Amino acid sequence: MSVTEVQFQAARVEDAPAIAIQGRSQWQLTWRRLRSDKVAVGSIVVIFLVIIFALAAPLIAHLTGHPVNTAYTGIGENASGNPVGPGVHGFPLGTDQIGRDLLVRIAYGARISLFVGLLTTALATIAGVSLGLVAGYFGGVVDAILARFFDAALAFPFIILALALASVFSPSLAIVIGVITFFSWAGISRIVRGQTLSLKEKEYIEAAKSLGAGPMRIMFIDILPNLLGPVLVLSTLYIPAAVTFEATLSFLGIGIPEPAPSWGNILSEAQQFYHVAWWYVVFPAAALLITTLAFNLLGDGIRDAIDPRTERIFAGGKASRGKRGRRRNKDGGLSLDQAIVVGQQGDQTLDISRQPDVGGLDI
Amino acid sequence: MTDSLTGQAINDVPADMSDDTLVRVDNLVKYFPVRGTGMISRTVAHVQAVDGVSLTIKRGKTLGLVGETGCGKSTLARCIAGLIPATKGKVYFEGNDITNLSRNAMRPYRREIQMIFQDPYGALNPRRRVGSIIGEPFAIHKTETGQERKRAVQGLMERVGLNPEHYNRFPAEFSGGQRQRIGVARALALRPKLIICDEPVSALDVSIQAQVLNLLADLQDDFGLSYLFIAHDLEVVRHVSDSVTVMYLGRVAESGPGDQVYEHPRHPYSAALLSAAPAADPDSAAARQRIILTGDVPSPINPPTGCRFHPRCPKAQDLCATSEPALEAKAGDPTTHLAACHFPVETGENLARAGRREQQL
Repeated sequence: MSVTEVQFQAARVEDAPAIAIQGRSQWQLTWRRLRSDKVAVGSIVVIFLVIIFALAAPLIAHLTGHPVNTAYTGIGENASGNPVGPGVHGFPLGTDQIGRDLLVRIAYGARISLFVGLLTTALATIAGVSLGLVAGYFGGVVDAILARFFDAALAFPFIILALALASVFSPSLAIVIGVITFFSWAGISRIVRGQTLSLKEKEYIEAAKSLGAGPMRIMFIDILPNLLGPVLVLSTLYIPAAVTFEATLSFLGIGIPEPAPSWGNILSEAQQFYHVAWWYVVFPAAALLITTLAFNLLGDGIRDAIDPRTERIFAGGKASRGKRGRRRNKDGGLSLDQAIVVGQQGDQTLDISRQPDVGGLDI
Repeated sequence: MTDSLTGQAINDVPADMSDDTLVRVDNLVKYFPVRGTGMISRTVAHVQAVDGVSLTIKRGKTLGLVGETGCGKSTLARCIAGLIPATKGKVYFEGNDITNLSRNAMRPYRREIQMIFQDPYGALNPRRRVGSIIGEPFAIHKTETGQERKRAVQGLMERVGLNPEHYNRFPAEFSGGQRQRIGVARALALRPKLIICDEPVSALDVSIQAQVLNLLADLQDDFGLSYLFIAHDLEVVRHVSDSVTVMYLGRVAESGPGDQVYEHPRHPYSAALLSAAPAADPDSAAARQRIILTGDVPSPINPPTGCRFHPRCPKAQDLCATSEPALEAKAGDPTTHLAACHFPVETGENLARAGRREQQL
C-alpha cells in the first residue's frame, strides 16, 4: 500500500459522515445515567414530596382546621395535661406539650428546614466558588490571603460562635442563615481552588489567553464549566448538612426561636415527653431523617452519574452498586470524606476525598 | 555590537526593518525565578530558559525552530505571543514594540498573532462545543454575531477539512487529527498574519502529520501567513521551513536558510543533531556516522560558562570554556548563515571520531 493510499484512506476516515452519532453534552449523559439509578430517582421523588409537603403547609393547616400556633388546651391534651396521640380528637399525628397540632407544625418546620438548607447552600456555593476561583486563578498574594481566610473559617468552633452570636443578638432566622453559610463556604472554596490550580495550567486556558480573553472570561466561561460536576455533588451534600445544622442550632435553643416551628426546636421540646408521647419525638425525627437521607443519596447518585467509572475503581460491577459511598460517617453528618468526585476530563480522576478536612460541617 | 550584560552578540542584520520583516526578536531573555520553600520565600536562583535570542520572521515565510526538550523553544514562542512576560529584550511586530504590553494594549496584536498547540487533546476545552470553540475569537473580539458568526465558523471548519455539520459536537467526539484541525480553524478565525505552531504535529500519527502539514502549507499560500514552526522532528522542520534556527540551552547555536543549515551545519551541536536524525534511505543510513554526544544537557539554572555547549562538544578547546562565541557568519558561508562557534565544523570533517576520542578519555 503506497503512502498516498494510506493518506487517502485516512482522509476518508476523517471525513466520514457521522449520521448515527448524536453529540450529547456531559450533562445530557449525566442525566441519562442518573435516570437509570433507582436510588437516585427515588431520592428525587422523596425530595419533591418533602417540598410539596412544605409548600402545602397552609393547606394542611386549613384542612385540619388547626392553625400552626394555636394551642388546643382542651382537646389537645389528655386528662394529665400530656399530648394526645395520633388520630385522637382529629390530630393526625397527635399534639405537642401545649396541645398544638404536630402535623401542621412539622409541615411548617419543613418550610424552615428546606428554606435554610437551600438558601445557605446557594449562598455558600456562590461565595465558595467565586473566592475559590479567584484564589486559584490569580495565585500568589491573593491566594495566600484568601487561603488563610479559608483556614480561619474552617478552624472556627461553630457551636461557640453560634452561642456567642445568639447571646449578643437574640436568636433569629438571619443569624442561623449567617452562621451556617459562614461555616460552609470555605470547604467549597478549597475544592474549587485546588481544581482551578490544576485547570488553569491546561493548554486550552493558554489558548484562550492567546486569543485575548480576560481573567473573568477565563474563570467563568472556561474554568467554571469544568468544575460544575464536583461543585454540584458538594452542594447536594451540603444541603442535608445545613438542614441538620439548623436542627442542631434550634435544638440547642440558639436557632429558630419559638413559637415558629422548626424540626430542631420541636425535637428539643419533645425530649421531656418521649416516655409519654413517642409520636412527639418520632415524627419530626423521621422527617429530618428522610429529608437528609434523600439529599445524601441523591448526592451520591449524581456523583456516580457524573463519573460512572468510580464504580469500577472500587469493585467491578453492578453487584456493589449502592453499597460503596453510601455509608454515613460515624457522626451521621455528611460524609464528604467518602465523596469521590471525578473531573470531566474523561481520563483525569480528581479525587476530592484526599483533600484534608473538606467539611467544616461535620456535626 | 555586544550587549554589555550578557556578553551575547546581537544579530545586527541591516535589512531588519525592511518591509518583508514581520517579527523581529531582539536579544530576548526570559528567566524564571526559583524560590525557596516557605510562605515568604526568596528567589534563590533563576532558570535561564531563554538567554539572549534574536531572530526575524519574514512575511509569508516559515521559520523553523529546533532544539532538544528544555532548550527554551516553547518559552520563546510564548514570549513572542505575549503569553508570558519577557525578562529583557524586545519583540517587534511590523516594527512596533509589543514586548510586555498590557492586556488591552496587546489586544490588536492578538488578532495578528495566533498559536497552534502541541496537544490536540489539551488545547480544546472538553466542556465546549466545537462551534463555540472556533467561534471564541469572534466572541472575545466581538466581531461577528449570531447567524453571521455561525456561518463564519462553518466556513472555517470547511476550510480546514472538517464537516461543518459537526458544529454542535464536543472535542471528545473527534480524532487527534480532526482536533488539530479545530485548533487550526480557531487560530485562523481572526485572519492573523503570524501563526506560532508549537510542535503542532508531534502528537499525531505519521499519516495524519502529513495531512496537517499540507493543510498548513495550503493555508500559508491562501492567506499569506507566516509561521514560527517549533518541532523536534528535523525532517518535518526541513519540509516546512524556509529558514531554520537551532537552539541549545536558551541560546541560538546556528541559524540560516534551511538548505544551508541542513547541508553544511557549522555548529557541532547542529551537526550532532542532524546526524542523529533517522534516515529513510537504508544505504545512506549505513554509510552515515552518528556523532554521539556524551553527558546530559546541563542545568539551565547554572549553565556552563563560555560556549554553553562546550562540556559536550567533541571539538571543544580551552577557549570555549572561557569565551562566549558570537553568532556570526563563518568564512565561506552566506551572510544569512550564522553560527555561534569558535571552531566551526568544516565540510567533510569527521566529528564522530573526535567524539569517540573524547569518550575514551
